[in-house]
Amino acid sequence: MDSVAQRLSVVGAGAALELRGVTRLFGALAALTDVTMTVRPGERRAVLGSNGAGKTTLFNCITGDFPPSSGTIRFFNEDITGFPPYERIRRGLRRTYQISALFPGLTVLDNVYLACRGVSRGRFSMLRPGQNDALMQSAEALVQAVHLTPVKQQRVAELAHGQQRQLEIALALAGAPRFILFDEPAAGLSPAERLELIDILTSLPAHIGYIIIEHDMDVALRVVESVTMMHNGRVFKEGLPHDIESDPEVQELYLGGGHE
Amino acid sequence: MSLIQPAELPVVTPAGAARPSTAGTWPEFDNPAAWIVAAILLIMPLIANGFFLIEIFGTTLILGIIALSLMFLAGYGGMVSLMQLTIAGFAGYMYAVFGVSGHPNISLGWPWWLATPMALALATLFGTLGGALAVRTEGIYTIMITLAIGAAFYYFTNQNWAIFNGHTGINNVATPHFWGVDWRSDIPFYYVVLAVAALCYFAVEYLARAPFGLALQGVRDNPRRIAALGFNVNAHRVAAYAFASFLAALAGILQVWNYRQISPGSVGVERGIDILIIAIVGGIKRPVGPFIGALIFVILRTFALDFLVKIGLDGNRFRLLIGLGFLAIVFWSSDGVIGLWESWRRRIRTGASGLRGKQSHG
Repeated sequence: MDSVAQRLSVVGAGAALELRGVTRLFGALAALTDVTMTVRPGERRAVLGSNGAGKTTLFNCITGDFPPSSGTIRFFNEDITGFPPYERIRRGLRRTYQISALFPGLTVLDNVYLACRGVSRGRFSMLRPGQNDALMQSAEALVQAVHLTPVKQQRVAELAHGQQRQLEIALALAGAPRFILFDEPAAGLSPAERLELIDILTSLPAHIGYIIIEHDMDVALRVVESVTMMHNGRVFKEGLPHDIESDPEVQELYLGGGHE
Repeated sequence: MSLIQPAELPVVTPAGAARPSTAGTWPEFDNPAAWIVAAILLIMPLIANGFFLIEIFGTTLILGIIALSLMFLAGYGGMVSLMQLTIAGFAGYMYAVFGVSGHPNISLGWPWWLATPMALALATLFGTLGGALAVRTEGIYTIMITLAIGAAFYYFTNQNWAIFNGHTGINNVATPHFWGVDWRSDIPFYYVVLAVAALCYFAVEYLARAPFGLALQGVRDNPRRIAALGFNVNAHRVAAYAFASFLAALAGILQVWNYRQISPGSVGVERGIDILIIAIVGGIKRPVGPFIGALIFVILRTFALDFLVKIGLDGNRFRLLIGLGFLAIVFWSSDGVIGLWESWRRRIRTGASGLRGKQSHG
């Protein structure tokens, strides 16, 4: 398969993310079959596909939530296939969850502070952060960046859905992310909130690459430069957004045909 | 509606954000009830006789510390451990074994200031190892493993004569004497217990807002996500066991100073379950809960017998009273007595504003 990403990755120093023959079985069911994919640093890519295409399983394999049954995953040239999730996160990988996975008993600020603390030293620190604590300041800045400052002292359980989605993104931006996996960040957002999301995604620093799973084409195709189409756990097609959009096979499978 | 919020709302600048730090750090400072309780506890020796001072309040504080260690694990970490009393008992045994007792063939005769840190260290190690086993499981299996450790230790102390002196246990354990004070005499001992309990209480409260405690609550709320933020979940859980074990070990030392003896009866399985009842009855969401639960438990245990005999029932049924109280609290409040009190206050408040409806947050 002549993929855009593969051609481009030859130019760069190496791939941000390199999957080789990744397969994930759940019992007899193959959720992913022989997925090979290369994403260069700073690249922004959408993963499309119908329900059950294996998109979220792909994310779970990359982050280590479920390790792959076979195949290898390299992150900035390091083989992370056998690493536990926290080791991958500490190397600059981040993800958001399709269904908000937050800490409902803690405040907004504490959620973000934990995200900042998780990728730096002192995870076991028994000293409370002081007023000038650098991590607390970066947590404040992140809260500000996703417009949650007015509710930062509220418990997450009390937040509206859209605010929880914002917080999901803030958690993924903590520390120094090098590559982010966004799992349907626009799910359940209002049109105005979607615009805000697009704004956040497009204003990320250029060195931060990401993969986004998104059903909303208006969102997905505006924030990426390449697209991977998945079907039944396999990579079906890769290309530039407008090529994929106008591809008759893809249209039949996903965009136009929809519900089979 | 969330994304496009006007930024000029009561937005605090990052610098001003840490402003409510005193109140946030120690909520007790703003609470008159806390000052009153502290004052009463401090002048207790003036109002209470020796029996009340030690048998009621001293015992309450000691049991409260053990239950506090469970509250730390269960309330912040979501791990219900039934071995906290066992860890306390282990510390007590180790103090008796390394220190001075009426069994010179068993006890090594170390002075108290050497035997105490040794016992604390060994009991913390014991609890940490138990925790390392328990964190491989979740929910009911954690309960089963810690219960099994507690039961195994109870039977082991019963049958081992070389170190634990079998079912007789170790008697006449020496207690600290220095600066011309017998620290086991009622009033000094009460203050020692009060100081340790206060230290443990504030340590738990402080830790809850430190990175370690926050991450532990993150582990409780969503272990998968906290791993996806860079935390090693199991390591965090084991560290929580280590800290809780240290608290329980402190209480165990006080316990053996209090009774001057320790025997398998002190580490029985039903005693361990009492700790769970104390924590649940008091409430496991905040560190004050275990102490309230312990006070209720000790008062019931001490006076229910006389009360039952007086109304013509078998005095040994006091556990029935505790059990009924336990049932009632679990039925009406998921957060123990504190939860009951809070919902009662809320009802008063909403009642005053003319609203009869119940609030959904809890």
